[in-house]
Amino acid sequence: MITEATSQPAQAPRRWLPGRLARPGIWQITAITVALVLTLPVLVIFAHVFVPAGEVWSHLRETMLGEYVANSLLLLFGVGVGVLVIGVPVAWLVSVCEFPGRRIFQWALMLPLAMPAYIIAYTYTGMLDFAGPVQSLFRDLTGLGFGEYWFPEIRSLTGAMLMLTLVLYPYVYLLTRATFLEQSVCVLEVSRTLGSGPYASFFRVALPLARPAVIAGLTLALMEVLADYGTVAYFGIPTFTTGIFRTWYGLADPAAAAQLAAVLLSFVFALILLERWSRMRARFHHTSSRYSNLPRYRLRGWKASAAVAACLLPVLFGFLIPAVQLSIWAARTIDHWMNPDFAQLVFNTFYLAAMAAVIAVALALVLAYARRMQGGLITGIAVRVAGLGYAVPGTVIAIGVMLPFAWFDNTLDSFMRDRLGVSTGLLLSGTLFALLFAYVVRFLAVSLQTVEAGLGKIKPSMDDAARSLGVHPLGTLTRVHLPIMRGTLLTALLLVFVDVLKELPATLILRPFDFNTLAVRAFELAGDERLAESSSAALAIVLVGLLPVILLSLTIERSRPGQRMRRRNGDSAQAEPIAVPAGTRGA
Amino acid sequence: MTVTSRNPAAAAEVVLDDVDVGYAGQRVVHAISLELPRGQIGCLLGPSGCGKTTLLRAIAGFEGVMRGEIRLNGESVSRPGFTLPPEKRSVGMVFQDFALFPHLDVAGNIAFGIRRWGRGDRDRRVRELLRLIGLSGYERAYPHALSGGQQQRIALARALAPRPELLLLDEPFSNMDVELRTDIAREVRAILRAEGTTGMLVTHDQNEAFAFADRIAVLNNGRLSQWDSAYHLYHRPADRFVADFVGEGTIIPGKVCENDCVETALGRIRGPLSDRFVPGTALDVLVRPDDIALDNEHGEIEAEVLSKAFRGADFLYTLRLRDGTEILCVAPSHDNFVVSDHVRLRLNFSHLVVFPRGDSGTRR
Repeated sequence: MITEATSQPAQAPRRWLPGRLARPGIWQITAITVALVLTLPVLVIFAHVFVPAGEVWSHLRETMLGEYVANSLLLLFGVGVGVLVIGVPVAWLVSVCEFPGRRIFQWALMLPLAMPAYIIAYTYTGMLDFAGPVQSLFRDLTGLGFGEYWFPEIRSLTGAMLMLTLVLYPYVYLLTRATFLEQSVCVLEVSRTLGSGPYASFFRVALPLARPAVIAGLTLALMEVLADYGTVAYFGIPTFTTGIFRTWYGLADPAAAAQLAAVLLSFVFALILLERWSRMRARFHHTSSRYSNLPRYRLRGWKASAAVAACLLPVLFGFLIPAVQLSIWAARTIDHWMNPDFAQLVFNTFYLAAMAAVIAVALALVLAYARRMQGGLITGIAVRVAGLGYAVPGTVIAIGVMLPFAWFDNTLDSFMRDRLGVSTGLLLSGTLFALLFAYVVRFLAVSLQTVEAGLGKIKPSMDDAARSLGVHPLGTLTRVHLPIMRGTLLTALLLVFVDVLKELPATLILRPFDFNTLAVRAFELAGDERLAESSSAALAIVLVGLLPVILLSLTIERSRPGQRMRRRNGDSAQAEPIAVPAGTRGA
Repeated sequence: MTVTSRNPAAAAEVVLDDVDVGYAGQRVVHAISLELPRGQIGCLLGPSGCGKTTLLRAIAGFEGVMRGEIRLNGESVSRPGFTLPPEKRSVGMVFQDFALFPHLDVAGNIAFGIRRWGRGDRDRRVRELLRLIGLSGYERAYPHALSGGQQQRIALARALAPRPELLLLDEPFSNMDVELRTDIAREVRAILRAEGTTGMLVTHDQNEAFAFADRIAVLNNGRLSQWDSAYHLYHRPADRFVADFVGEGTIIPGKVCENDCVETALGRIRGPLSDRFVPGTALDVLVRPDDIALDNEHGEIEAEVLSKAFRGADFLYTLRLRDGTEILCVAPSHDNFVVSDHVRLRLNFSHLVVFPRGDSGTRR
């Protein structure tokens, strides 16, 4: 008898994990979930646009809103002009000209990045107020007394513009310098052979080529202006952020605060659109792949002095003077802060920042890897959306976190009390969880950008190679990607860590009761006119803030295409020119 | 060279059975069927965009199949709805950009796929492979410090380390100097032979394919034109595409005048013809440059030199016959004619290759 065999090909046993991970969907779903959770605060804020306006809102609209808008616009305008006037010329000077101290200036000009605006603001206030060293010296020199002379008031809108400009110009400087360095030498050489001198080359070639980068740097600076709370609060200037705080705490109207936040957000999104638009136009950047050292214009005489002065002043006022003043205060108040309380404060802050950094980098890794595994349109959008938080001011995120978390806590609490007679109290709001969540929303973009750039440098064939050698996708991540990206991951951790360290408004709103960080302590003491005592916390923030600045300056130095090539092939490239003359001499 | 050569039976037999591959609903490769016996070396040859890399990735398991089945040693590894993941296939792959792991040294790269072996076995295998590829002593070097050719051989050794049943090579020579390519292809072939592994190469370069493979699949626009030896691809092309893509030549119109004889602008060409070409049928004849000889003494066909290309040992002439037909002709370089010279030709056909008129891509 012949039975027909049902030819069922033997199915290989499949382990659950690798098979699952290899299947499309899992990564995509993860990315979408993360993106949705992280956009919750922004969605909450925008949802409040549709909440019927209450009394407080109409009151705000009639009285304060105009002032908020006007002040915010004036600040944007003033700081915008300021950062351009400082940032672009110094970038050109250190990239293309040669003058004494240029090599030091090219990294020193980034130092103000380490200085949070609110810290520089109250440092100058302390220095310039009536009892401060500047006015005291002035009185001693002139013999004038109180009320007998006019002195500019630093705690004003103009003062805030100056303060913000001094710490934000590095954004423009950084990005503009990067493009000046990337600009192909050919373009500049062509410009010179066509008879353009240094000034003409700058205005006719270099600047138009750098325009997208200038705009990108400007947008970053302006986003910081919109996000700033510490400076304007300390100077008592009514803007959106201070208005949100006032509505939230003073008027106790969350809905109106959220509506104010929504208006602020629309300003931010306008800036994002400006930035996107400028990036779209950045395509004409790399016209030639030939790079070499730019032939620098050597400046002499008064021109060299002017260049030194132009580079020195921003560093002096943006970093050196305030840093020295802080150090003097810190030294004078050493008894005040050399104690376990301060150690606890440092520990709290570092612990919080480290936690946030680890979470943000881990999530960034998941998102970036999802995009690599299943880089479809939807995953791409999800990853993009998850990174939008960086543009959103901390105040707005804090409100957006607080509202749903408080709602959840209250709902759960009343439910539990009704049904079980137990009070659950605050589970989410007012805990470190809420604070960490806000940090991750705000700073995920920092880690995401770094991790994506690192992952992007690893060719897809690496993944294929690992898999063809018997390693499943998760193993590929741990055995190939992570080791290759070690440096990138450390950078990402550091960047998020420092950003969290400096963060003020979200921490002020969301911190658990009696939980302090360095930033909060510095701000509160300064607000109580105890400037000297606040200096230790401020100085700690500035010192840690220097780390990414150093890192950044090293990265830029290496980022110039020609530079990197030479360095990597250093051995062979150097061996050749030496070997050839030696050979000819022998013959 | 002492290589622990393996029983060739452990090498894989590759069978593609009516395979369609594509992305997102779009089929890139259509109805491919071919069999590569164990221990042999095959090649997927075709112009860029013909789907050869896609097909290779399907064999590796990076892409699923939409139709048909892929079998390795009789085991079904790909069919619609099921794709055995690449890490479970015992298939090695050498990539176009080599894809060496930059964070590992040479020994670490080669040992990557055999991490579960005992330490002694692993070290021995690494040493053995380094000897095989002629890079002993480079264990501690890092990939970025090696030349392109060295990186390529490390990539090969890494892929061979776990003793894959099948080794896939995706244009592995395309980043090399042109002069080196065929040499390296021959070298790699010798290494594969020594390892007793079945191999499958993807390339768009026919010289590479000829130097490397026992059997070559010519792919045209996602379809298999011919799966044959290099000799047969040249002398017995299955269709016009193969005739055109492999080697040089021209296709000229003709008409069957009697059994096994075709009347063309070159005169009557004799050779065995299929029965379906009855006298009077219009058809096209493939004329290879070596089917024609320049012979001013005995030649009966007149032609004019249109252009010529010096190729070292010989010239490749482009000639125009009296009726305007253009043909190619190879002649030794000591006969040096100049453009617009009139020459005489003699037929030198060893066999006749014809295609039905109007047939552009299908099999004979």
